[in-house]
Amino acid sequence: MPFELRVNGTAHRLALDPRTTLLDALRENLDLTGTKKGCDHGQCGACTVHVGGKRVLSCLTLAVGVRDPVTTIEGLAGPNGALHPMQQAFIDQDAFQCGYCTPGQILSAVACVHEGHAGSDAEIREYMSGNLCRCAAYPHIVRAVVQAKAATEKA
Amino acid sequence: MRAFTYARADDAAGAVHAAAAHAATTQFLAGGTTLLDLMKLDVMRPEHVIDINDLAAQFGSIEARKDGLHLGAFVRMADAADHAAVQRDYPVIAQSLQLAASAQLRNMATLGGNVLQRTRCTYFRDTSWAHCNKRNPGSGCDAVAGVNRRHAVLGASDACIATYPGDFAQALIALDATAGIVGPSGPRSVAFADLHLAPGVTPERETTLAPGELITGFAVPAGPWTRRSLYLKIRDRESYEFALASAAVALDVQDGAVREARIALGGVATRPWRAHEAEAVLKGGPVDEKSARRAAEAAFAGAVTHGQNDFKPELGRRTLVRALLRAAALEV
Repeated sequence: MPFELRVNGTAHRLALDPRTTLLDALRENLDLTGTKKGCDHGQCGACTVHVGGKRVLSCLTLAVGVRDPVTTIEGLAGPNGALHPMQQAFIDQDAFQCGYCTPGQILSAVACVHEGHAGSDAEIREYMSGNLCRCAAYPHIVRAVVQAKAATEKA
Repeated sequence: MRAFTYARADDAAGAVHAAAAHAATTQFLAGGTTLLDLMKLDVMRPEHVIDINDLAAQFGSIEARKDGLHLGAFVRMADAADHAAVQRDYPVIAQSLQLAASAQLRNMATLGGNVLQRTRCTYFRDTSWAHCNKRNPGSGCDAVAGVNRRHAVLGASDACIATYPGDFAQALIALDATAGIVGPSGPRSVAFADLHLAPGVTPERETTLAPGELITGFAVPAGPWTRRSLYLKIRDRESYEFALASAAVALDVQDGAVREARIALGGVATRPWRAHEAEAVLKGGPVDEKSARRAAEAAFAGAVTHGQNDFKPELGRRTLVRALLRAAALEV
């Protein structure tokens, strides 16, 4: 089935089986492997991307049904390669160990700040609860969100 | 996932028309958070999927009017949870949505799809279990003598003890909402309390929606009880988890006496569960530890447990007591 998918500012013409999830289309057809497949059932958050500026789970989204532009971890950095403040904060705060959940954590965290749900540590924990971290880097992830929020507000 | 045909509907008439040809093997796709999950598990096997997300143009708004609240079925959970008028005038609705799922799922799932979410019963979701009357009618129920800690204690039958997992539906049934529906025989509306079915001997039938019908919205009547309302959810972990027990309560209290009480219970029943018996206990008197406890006893008088969920009636009673005391203490 032919359709157009806009990802990180580029429009792609694809022809895929309607069963293809956005996650599989990104990874298998567009070679954007930064978005990770964890549970593939909407329970872990590793596949989090932005569609139309909102964080969603790409594993429970049909690629053919996507109407709005998609942003993945590969699309967060600036054109000159400068890291997004949230990416920099995850490095500064050592907010990961194995790194597998990190792209989803970062996409979710960017949205968490943008939504205005990063007002306190407790609020950050609540609104980041859809992103599981098997290494349990949670305290550092909260610190990274706090740092990036401050950096974003200054900018 | 099994193969299916995919088509988009532009509007409600188009959706109903598209579904009519193969109503029994067609599923409407909105947020997809339940449907795609269950299709991957091979529990749901539609041959035709009609993507109805463009119906948001028709049924995607929230209107807070004098006579009540109107929620389009295509409003996303997050947008209703964050809506200022919903938070102020119908806190039980905003809280039931905010305490459900995760931020990502709330951005995806629609209100109409939310009330139709399927049970989390392991024996329903895992097709390697042979006996599930809901998934395979007439096959039996592996949960009755199985791992049933999370299963229902109210409204169950010999055929099925699966818990209705949703939160938002408890707020709707407590507040006497109605659901708007369109389908092959035109538009209709139904009391939300009449939308879901107890399992009885046909647990595969979960709602009174006919094949090819879809929900267009919900109307919640205004009342002096909606502001003094809340949703209390008790679960194994603090966030991103289904309820073990929950209570949606709304109270109209004048001069220390309850004029009207609206109570629904989540996590403990096979369908959205209105606790009229508990409401009757409270009417006319004060809300205190004693009366709240009596109301809670009444709510769970008919509870039937299955071993691992023996704890649920008492957890449910304590949940309701705490919810009632908190609601009575609210400054509104």
